[in-house]
Amino acid sequence: MIETTIKSIIHHHASDPTRLLDILLDLQNQFGYLSAETITQTADLLDIPVTRVQGVVAFYNFLYAKPVGRYRILLSNCIIDTMHGALAVMDQFCQQLGIKPDQLRSDGKVSIAETSCSGFCDQGPAALINGVAIASLNSQRIASIVNLIENDTPLKDWPAELFQRPDNIQLPGYLLKQAITPGSAISSLLSRGTQATLDEIEQSALRGCGGAGFPTASKWRYCRDAEARQHYVVCNADEGEPGTFKDRVLLNQFADQMFEGMTICARIIGARQGFVYLRGEYLYLKDKLQQIIDERTANHWLGNDIAGVTGFDFEIKIRLGAGAYICGEESALLESLEGKRGIPRIRPPFPVTHGYLNQPTVVNNVETFATAAKIALEGSQPFNQQGTANSPGSRLLSVAGDCTHPGIYEYPFGTRIDQILDDCRAENTLCVQIGGPSGTMIAEADFHRHISFEDLPTGGSFIVFNGTRDPLEIAGNFVAFFAHENCGFCTPCRVGTTLMKNTLSKINSGSGSQDDIAELHQLCELISKNSHCGLGQTAPNPVMDTLACFAERYQAKVNNRTFTPDIDLEAALQEARQLTGRDDPAAHLDQFNE
Amino acid sequence: MKTNSISIDGQQITFREGQTIIQAALEAGIYIPYLCYHPDFEAHGSCKVCTVRVNGSHCSACTTFASDGQVVDNHCEDLNSSRRAITQMLFVEGNHLCPSCEKSGDCELQALGYYLKLFGSHFPHLFPHREVDATHPHILLDRDRCIFCELCVRASREVDQKNVFAISGRGIDSELVVNSPSGTLLDSGLDVNDKAAHVCPVGAILIKNQAFQVPIGQRKYDKNRIDDADLIEVKHDHIDS
Ligand SMILES: Cc1cc2nc3c(=O)[nH]c(=O)nc-3n(C[C@H](O)[C@H](O)[C@H](O)COP(=O)(O)O)c2cc1C
Ligand code: SF4
Ligand code: SF4
Repeated sequence: MIETTIKSIIHHHASDPTRLLDILLDLQNQFGYLSAETITQTADLLDIPVTRVQGVVAFYNFLYAKPVGRYRILLSNCIIDTMHGALAVMDQFCQQLGIKPDQLRSDGKVSIAETSCSGFCDQGPAALINGVAIASLNSQRIASIVNLIENDTPLKDWPAELFQRPDNIQLPGYLLKQAITPGSAISSLLSRGTQATLDEIEQSALRGCGGAGFPTASKWRYCRDAEARQHYVVCNADEGEPGTFKDRVLLNQFADQMFEGMTICARIIGARQGFVYLRGEYLYLKDKLQQIIDERTANHWLGNDIAGVTGFDFEIKIRLGAGAYICGEESALLESLEGKRGIPRIRPPFPVTHGYLNQPTVVNNVETFATAAKIALEGSQPFNQQGTANSPGSRLLSVAGDCTHPGIYEYPFGTRIDQILDDCRAENTLCVQIGGPSGTMIAEADFHRHISFEDLPTGGSFIVFNGTRDPLEIAGNFVAFFAHENCGFCTPCRVGTTLMKNTLSKINSGSGSQDDIAELHQLCELISKNSHCGLGQTAPNPVMDTLACFAERYQAKVNNRTFTPDIDLEAALQEARQLTGRDDPAAHLDQFNE
Repeated sequence: MKTNSISIDGQQITFREGQTIIQAALEAGIYIPYLCYHPDFEAHGSCKVCTVRVNGSHCSACTTFASDGQVVDNHCEDLNSSRRAITQMLFVEGNHLCPSCEKSGDCELQALGYYLKLFGSHFPHLFPHREVDATHPHILLDRDRCIFCELCVRASREVDQKNVFAISGRGIDSELVVNSPSGTLLDSGLDVNDKAAHVCPVGAILIKNQAFQVPIGQRKYDKNRIDDADLIEVKHDHIDS
């Protein structure tokens, strides 16, 4: 019986090991978790080593090798959700459901755990329940969720009101003011010509919106020029950087335009196959996206002979991630698309020549494709008449944290930080985190600086912290994120992020010394310079920035000793004192506290 | 004009097209410290011990191809001090009790530690809990000492064509797993003559019943420091091939 189910699911995915992630997600939906037996049979049926399946299951947060609740609650532990009371939410759930974090209730019905930022920071605290996002958690919503769970109400019958997730577009600009008419950019492409369209994108000087800012036209040209049997287009919708949610909003309202951008890219580079790598947290968007793909196919904007042009064939498939920030890194993403653990590849070679299945591949962010479609339609001019010389155009910011108007703001590059703070009604601002934990933290002295590739680049996150926040606790949250999310491939990041996390906790708990501050400086230098990929190279940023901006706060937290041991020696002697019946001064280590 | 030469710490050396910096260096008799690199296998680039500075930026010498005119810094205090810290990280990440380890004296991690003048582990130990697998009649797997170089993984896949080993998990919870119905070496098909059984640079994969055949004091790195030992090996390989 079990075997037939496994067989049919694997069969449904063409017995293709590159679909391993999809297969495992489907199996898990069927069986609740992935038992050793399921794992072994899957490996056998796919004819791959069982360790490959095991390795994948253990890599992704949303795959479970042990039983979890029929209702699985995952609470987002990102700094913003924490500021909005995520810890209290956890307590309330635990209390009302009679469970503890990371434990399965004895009746097997429910389990609860933390998860990294789920992308709802403008409406946190947020949770994923059986993979589906629920935002704006408060006592009342928690009580009704608990009720629904205790009454065994299937998720699909929960009140729709629980699943409301407003887009909160606060300031639309070039991109967000109006979506293009579906098909219109493809018509422009066909009338203007493929090369001329690429030239237009080149002229626009559009740079990638996912963080690194690589010129989009160059990427497409390198890929087109790489000889191969297949070319691929991949849309990076992994949006894992804590505090970022602009791609979620684009996917909800501008998916048609994004697909159109992918289709234009496909025509230019000569691809017939595209993928959207959708982060598992956005599972609820999958059906809607598929529906748009189906409509576009029915309208001949996807599929064979697009817009009636013989041989203009392009198909798009949605692939779900399963909870791994590292899979936003483009080469790890490709590994994941191939059904493997998300370990970043050695680069060069880059994806443009050796990407999906080793074939030339363009990987671009959601916003990049949506913008490219608009440029293909309207030409480069409306785009690059705003922005700065090195950073033309506008950028979507996911603004959240200590401000009264969180949401999506679209600004021309070159917009000053203090203006953004005014617009989102931030008061008493202590510091701003730009570009998420891997980006830059700035304090008041730098609020005159601006968003741009040359000054403060950002993949879209903008987190505001007011004077009641403790920057060292913020850094602690960020560093814990990297320690949890790194892939483990290279030594400096794998071990270093944990050491950095532990050292910072030691300081935050009040038992740090001068030595620990010096240690942090050295760790930051080591990890950033020696790590294999962008995750490790940027993981020390929160520590380096807070050490630079808030040195005095570090000083205030550490004691005057040059060194404090990691274990409490005085406490360690307690057992010996008890055994020997001694409690005289010489049996204590007071001398250390002088 | 193409000269196919690069400079390492001021010394000009030539390279052949397609060689990485570490290959060119070792062949020219220049030691660049490494752990996960092995002349018989494709580069892996995970340990980061071979990090050098190429034209000012940090790169792994094992994955960066030599190209004309590169200026490479190798033996300088800051790079060696990073290497020392990385080696210390590998020590504290696992459970390495050298005095009771059979591999002592033959272990590359230990030898590298001596070479880098590492006098202590510096970082707080993480004391992970890892399983020992003694099920195989001839081979012992002590995961406490694994440094995730994936040499056994590569050897089993590429040379033995068996896929006995793999890395599972993520981040600091990564672990070495065995491809067999029981998850242990017993029914894994690993043979004592397999390359994978002999390639481990540390004492994680050991051949049983050989513990002290070579007495302490007469082992590989007792006789030669790791830089000399590795350079001698490269020279032999070169003559053999
Ligand atoms: C750790 C890490 C995570 C990343 N996450 C994302 C992501 O979630 N979305 C994204 O578009 N790019 C992400 N990137 C950047 C991608 O590697 C890649 O540069 C980008 O997708 C290219 O698209 P673009 O040129 O349109 O920006 C990440 C990079 C790193 C190093
Ligand atoms: S830097 Fe971190 S995330 Fe990147 S490869 Fe190394 S361990 Fe993995
Ligand atoms: S067992 Fe040895 S060879 Fe295999 S990964 Fe660990 S250290 Fe490397």
